[in-house]
Amino acid sequence: MKVILKNIEKEGYDGSIASYISEGGYEALKIALKKTPEDILSELKKSKLVGRGGAAFPTGMKWEFARNSKETPKYVVCNADEGEPGTFKDRLILENDPHMLIEAMAIAGFTVGASQGFIYIRGEYFKAYDVLTAAIEDAVKNNCLGNNILGSDFSFNISLYRGAGAYVCGEETALLDSLEGKKGQSRVKPPFPTFVGYQNKPTVLNNVETLSNVPQIILNGGDWYSKIGSADCPGTKLYCLSGDVKKPGVYELPTGITLKELIDTYGGGVDGKLKAVLPGGVSSSFLAADQLDVKMDYPSLQKAGSMLGSAAVMVVNDTHCMVDLAKRCTEFFDYESCGKCTPCREGTKRAREIFINMSQAAGEATDIALLKELQDVMYDTSRCGLGQAAMNAAGSAMDKFPSEFEKHITKKNCELGICPMEKV
Amino acid sequence: MASKMINLTIDNNKVQVPEGTTVLKAAKSIGVNVPNLCFHEDLSIYGACRLCVVEIEKHPRLEPSCATLAEEGMVVKTNSTRVRKARRMIVELLLANHPEDCLTCDRNQICELRKIAHDLGIRKLRFEKGRKYDYALDESSPSIVRDPNKCIQCGRCIRVCSEVQAVGAIDFVDRGGRTQVLTFLNKGLDNVECTNCGQCILVCPTGALREKTAVDDVWAAIDDPKKFVVVQTAPAVRAAIGEDFGMPAGSLVTGKMTSSLRRLGFDKIFDTQFAADLTIMEEGHELIGRVTNKGVLPMITSCSPGWIKYVEHFFPECLAHISSCKSPQQMFGAVAKTYYADKIGIKPEDMYVVSIMPCTAKKFEAERPEMNDSGVIDVDAVLTTREAARMIQEAGIDFTNMPDEDFDKPLGISTGAATIFGASGGVMEAALRTAYEVITSKTLEKVEFEQVRGMDGLKTATVDVDGLELKVAVANGLANAKVLLEQIAKGESPYHFIEIMACPGGCLGGGGQPIPTNLEIRKKRAAALYREDEGMPIRKSHENPAITAIYEEFLEKPLGEKSHHLLHTSYTKRERY
Repeated sequence: MKVILKNIEKEGYDGSIASYISEGGYEALKIALKKTPEDILSELKKSKLVGRGGAAFPTGMKWEFARNSKETPKYVVCNADEGEPGTFKDRLILENDPHMLIEAMAIAGFTVGASQGFIYIRGEYFKAYDVLTAAIEDAVKNNCLGNNILGSDFSFNISLYRGAGAYVCGEETALLDSLEGKKGQSRVKPPFPTFVGYQNKPTVLNNVETLSNVPQIILNGGDWYSKIGSADCPGTKLYCLSGDVKKPGVYELPTGITLKELIDTYGGGVDGKLKAVLPGGVSSSFLAADQLDVKMDYPSLQKAGSMLGSAAVMVVNDTHCMVDLAKRCTEFFDYESCGKCTPCREGTKRAREIFINMSQAAGEATDIALLKELQDVMYDTSRCGLGQAAMNAAGSAMDKFPSEFEKHITKKNCELGICPMEKV
Repeated sequence: MASKMINLTIDNNKVQVPEGTTVLKAAKSIGVNVPNLCFHEDLSIYGACRLCVVEIEKHPRLEPSCATLAEEGMVVKTNSTRVRKARRMIVELLLANHPEDCLTCDRNQICELRKIAHDLGIRKLRFEKGRKYDYALDESSPSIVRDPNKCIQCGRCIRVCSEVQAVGAIDFVDRGGRTQVLTFLNKGLDNVECTNCGQCILVCPTGALREKTAVDDVWAAIDDPKKFVVVQTAPAVRAAIGEDFGMPAGSLVTGKMTSSLRRLGFDKIFDTQFAADLTIMEEGHELIGRVTNKGVLPMITSCSPGWIKYVEHFFPECLAHISSCKSPQQMFGAVAKTYYADKIGIKPEDMYVVSIMPCTAKKFEAERPEMNDSGVIDVDAVLTTREAARMIQEAGIDFTNMPDEDFDKPLGISTGAATIFGASGGVMEAALRTAYEVITSKTLEKVEFEQVRGMDGLKTATVDVDGLELKVAVANGLANAKVLLEQIAKGESPYHFIEIMACPGGCLGGGGQPIPTNLEIRKKRAAALYREDEGMPIRKSHENPAITAIYEEFLEKPLGEKSHHLLHTSYTKRERY
């Protein structure tokens, strides 16, 4: 069952507006423009679609909040700042089927009552930026964007905005600050963007993948979508499979398939002997090799002590040292913390230092307890998801592979010979 | 209409607060002070230090009480194990990145971070191996020193600079642990729009911001037998310096201050208020001239050097509106080194003029190249109220038990009109007292102009000067000044005369005043100044006998040739960055 990659995986499909239209593109927009916004909201709610950026918030509810907000103007913002390490699904859509996203944004604009949309695109996505620029132009030329879209009273424009390379701008309120030309830092929530968003106006902010589901939901109905995949979190999901796996890539599969199926059936199996899996990027917690039966949807992974996040599934074989991986993950967050709140700014810095010490034979017996306490406080007090999740991977590595850490700290020994185990 | 009331529970106490109250404030209402650092009552909510986190039932994570509004039925714990653990960790994290030089730090006794670390029982740092930064100090400014190593990134300085002062000379640069508060392109405070107002110093919770000290220069001058050292004290100092000796805000300590300064070894203890009276003579006549000769109006006061630098940067097209009068500090320096030096037979170069000011911008003002009209630098050294207090402490003087003594004559003689220069609206009121009598030749029976008093940022009044309707406005805080300037720039200003003071509340809330300075304290200092005015035998500048004497003996007349040379100045257009 393909909802999002339906066109892309077709032989000869080139993502142009002509090929998009020949595959039934912009039909959903035509239908939507004849419906009432309430009807569209109702279909969306029936579909049980939830945000695919990681937070899994019900999309229908989000749009309804924005629609019911009294303030005007309203905005639609697409979060295309795909920055989670191991995530490369949105890029596939942006580069190969841009009109699906444009159509979805126009539907969102019509539904919530917005006439301006923004795509906030990761700064390093050069090709996707060029493709989108051309696609927006083509859409305007074909009256799928701009004034009086497809002969209706509805007008909607999309502007592209490039990020400057900050991971935190994937966090929705930091993204909005950046979009406004400020330094990208999270805002105090509540109020949420659906009430106080871009320029303090009601704003629907959706991930690329989330929006890409919308045209098919309009065409086939919310009930149809809700029957795909697992019942409590239906639909398909784009899984980004990478690491020690034979066939890495983006796989669109119904939610609720197991991690084992994903790796073995689609990814061609583990390259080497499986040690651990990060199922949702570096913000998620490691799963051990005996947890492969977990279903790959939001609630199931949460129950398993991790999270689906952006579904960046990174497979780790037994040639990797968990101390080294924990160190790399915390280095990433130290580098990417926006620096606004104390626990994240200072916490990521200290965690990184402690793991570096461990890898250089300078670990101390109290390190593990201190890091666990730091993890708790960072989760409990950080302003946004970045700091709250920054210690997930490192913390779970310590939980699931305690003896490796123990050996680094007390025996000053990295059995795999990866950590330098001397001052560098 | 009374606002809706919200009922919540904090630490098992039922609390009722008006809708829109933060949990932090609600807790305070029942006597619980939740520790905080980035919160400041005069500034917007920032919610970043996370020290004020509390536990709220049904919330998955701790919430910052400064940024969370009380809700009906909310159950809050401010002192649970979880909260204490988080708070301590956050302070530990801040300390791990903070220099451990508390003993020699400028904020030694009044550092908020040190107090919180003490109160929360932090006795050991577990992140002791962490790296320390070694940033260079920004010492470019003659007024303010920034030590980035002591910065805890609370953003209070940034917010006061942009929100209260509409300047925005500093902001966060870079991200994560590399974040710094910097000026544009790290050019240094002296090379950007910084007005030297020092409000950033007042709100800084640590020793990251302080005045550039002149204490040692002043000691050296006092100790130099060849120098005749005179000191002048600004009006706002006498209403605040007592706070640095543990006296309550609003203590009026003119006499103790005078005797303490005499004990420090100054040769003469004079009063900037003498020069304030002189300012009124010059500025009052300038205003009368502009009104009667259809000169550039509105005319705006020029006493506040932070305000002057602000207008030079942001509204250079309005410079013709600024009174050409020097500030009282500079008028004092110019007449001390000419009129007074001549009187006592001392060469200007042998006289050393020290100012004690509630202000950091005065340090910059004294260094302006045009302030050398006596032939040498008119004011040699400027001390803030805080620095003066430190010298008194260093000399072991028991300030609170000092006898009351008078200023020396003649430059210590002043009026109530000069005293109120220290409060927002005071220059206006003093000018009106004199202008009324000069214009009408009648006696002003009620000298108080209540409309221009008080802590409001913008005050306006129409004053009937014997048939002439004089429209006046008073602004304190540069964001309020900006409103009046924008009107002028658009040609829509209805006023004849405007008083502007850079700092909230006027000089009594200046950046050189004792820490803390907040709204309540500013109100008490203002009350002290008005109390002093009320008790003065003379309350109109033009009735000051020393002023009459200086015109008779030296200056001849207001706006005369000598005045023009010594008491008036010009302004410079400055860049934006």
